[in-house]
Amino acid sequence: MQVLLKDVTLINPAQKLNEKTNILIVDGIIKKIGEITADELSASEVYELNGKICSPGFFDMHVHLREPGREDEETVVTGCNAAAAGGFTGLASMPNTSPDADSAEVVKFIIEQAKDHLVDVHPVGAVSVERKGEYLAPLAEMFDAGAVAFSDDGTAVKTASLLRSAMEYSQMFDTTIIEHCEDPSMDDGVMNEGVVSTMLGLPSIPTVAEDLIVMRDALIAEYTGGRVHIAHISSKGAVDIVRKAKERGVKVTAEVTPHHFTLTDESVKSFDTNFKMNPPLRSREDVDAMIEGLKDGTIDCIATDHAPHSIEEKEAEFIYAPNGILGLETALGLVISELVHKGHLTLEDVVQKLAINPRKILNLPVPKIEVDQPANLTIFDPDAIWTVDVSKFKSKSKNSPFDKRLLTGKSVAVINNSKMFYKDQFINI
Amino acid sequence: MPLKSRHLLGLQGVPEEDIQTILDTATTFREVLERPIKKVPTLQGKTIVNLFYESSTRTRISFELAQKRLSADTINFAKSGSSTSKGETFKDTVRNIEAMKVDMIVVRHESAGVPQFLTRISNANVINAGDGRHEHPTQALLDMYSIREKLGRLAGLKVCVVGDIAHSRVALSNIYGLKAMGAEVSLCAPPTMIPKDIYRLGVKVIHNIDEAIAQNDVLNVLRIQLERKAGTSIPSLREYHNYFGITKERLEKQNKDILILHPGPINRGVEISSEVADGPYQIILNQVTNGVAIRMAVLYLLGTMN
Repeated sequence: MQVLLKDVTLINPAQKLNEKTNILIVDGIIKKIGEITADELSASEVYELNGKICSPGFFDMHVHLREPGREDEETVVTGCNAAAAGGFTGLASMPNTSPDADSAEVVKFIIEQAKDHLVDVHPVGAVSVERKGEYLAPLAEMFDAGAVAFSDDGTAVKTASLLRSAMEYSQMFDTTIIEHCEDPSMDDGVMNEGVVSTMLGLPSIPTVAEDLIVMRDALIAEYTGGRVHIAHISSKGAVDIVRKAKERGVKVTAEVTPHHFTLTDESVKSFDTNFKMNPPLRSREDVDAMIEGLKDGTIDCIATDHAPHSIEEKEAEFIYAPNGILGLETALGLVISELVHKGHLTLEDVVQKLAINPRKILNLPVPKIEVDQPANLTIFDPDAIWTVDVSKFKSKSKNSPFDKRLLTGKSVAVINNSKMFYKDQFINI
Repeated sequence: MPLKSRHLLGLQGVPEEDIQTILDTATTFREVLERPIKKVPTLQGKTIVNLFYESSTRTRISFELAQKRLSADTINFAKSGSSTSKGETFKDTVRNIEAMKVDMIVVRHESAGVPQFLTRISNANVINAGDGRHEHPTQALLDMYSIREKLGRLAGLKVCVVGDIAHSRVALSNIYGLKAMGAEVSLCAPPTMIPKDIYRLGVKVIHNIDEAIAQNDVLNVLRIQLERKAGTSIPSLREYHNYFGITKERLEKQNKDILILHPGPINRGVEISSEVADGPYQIILNQVTNGVAIRMAVLYLLGTMN
């Protein structure tokens, strides 16, 4: 099949591209960029994309797919559908499934479920057996099976000693350890600690619980020469620690979620459990530090921490409701609304943080927009104004705090693996 | 004058006029409680469910008595821990109870925010009887009533809440209520029992009990929970008593009038000595009697609104 993306604005800072042009795709491969002949035009399925942006496909390096174990909340396929709808062509799945992704078998199982999908799924394996923090999981076997990084996400790697081992061992295949940074002796809260938690009488998690582990991890990375990636960074202190560690040349990278640069703990005043996640929503000062960290490069990428939960579990008493919210289908709108339209990031920065940097952190090839390359593209409209409606989500779950929110910026189409997702449909191209 | 809200979820944001209305209404019911026949037909035909997800003796009895004295039909429902773990969600439990045509729900729960949650899933009037460490509005109302009864006013008084503020639902309601009524509120406890940034609510924090006694007209002494893991926020109950316990010696040293309140149940010899708990300064049992009148007032004002 022949597809023509007409009058689209191509942006890819990795190739120093920012120009309005036409892209001709034949059987999933980019065949031409530039002037199009009348014959090519008539032989193609034509998409008029004036004012729309085309970039390398976005990649979400922090997604909870829930399969195996909680297929009632999300499956690999429904999660990938949600990713495609949100503008992503690839994702990394976190290992806290049931059973945990702590063996080559589970890693292979997840990859198998995603076979033939438009969205590429790259599992993250557990650092320790059952993520208990006692013994190293078979990292090399999982790497060979397709794992792209390792994490005990949900918690930090329990001990400094095991983390040191993991960082040393994983240098054999140059993968990073993704850390959920939270001191386990301070983790019994359900929201950020501050005047709001005091007013609401909810048990709280102080920012220092995050800062401590970020500091520990940066020091161990520095000592071992290994790589650490700070997942869902949320406190000002943690951003400062990462910034200073980077200045010293420590191999540390960091991601932030859209909710941590958009919302503050003030939202919890509604006691709506869709504002309950871990790390919790922080203060305005922390939110400002996230934006500053994105601007100066301390925070390398944006990842969603997409965490589906069933309605009956989430619609509960605040202290009992599980942590986590959906992210895949609102991420781009929040990035554009909160970061681009407010003047913090350029569209080039967005492509850097949503498409290029996550893949670099995971040692995955960054898709090139050039002739004879497979088309791995996200096409989005930075000016589309739309209202979030969870009932239309592709995700199996509905736990989003952004329902009914007005956003600017929306994915128009994604193309990958000779498939295209456009207007709610997957098409083979 | 009708209240601004059809629920009593807490005292945060409740205007002075509404608190005044509740306290004045309670005065009328307080008089009813002195009659030989302590019952009025005010809420006849109304059905109230007391939904207690956390154990409580005095608050539950106080509410139940208030309901009976107003001639309402009452149902008690007690359960502990997460309902989800027992197979039925909290929401389903509430929906089932409401299907039996309930007009008002009095709720106590270990999770803050449950009363708010109830207003979203039910049409009944909701009264918070204590949610987590958040609020316990009727306790603060009865505290204010008891202070006013004894000292004739609230405005301009200096009130100090003493004890484990961080784990208390009484403290916040006292802060909001007393400040709305024009009192000056301070807190006295070891720093580990003071929640983060509470000074931003406009209260002074001190750590010396003798100063607290010297500087205030009223002390509201909170219960130190014996079951709380020892050694985390305080080294021992003995040390707490030595540094923060209200004793006869401490009170006499200041040689001044002071009013002592305690929401109960008291731990004699911990936050308060037996001599003080039974002594001339305290009004602990008045608080209990007034609690019934306050709850009658709240039930009446909300129950006759719609």
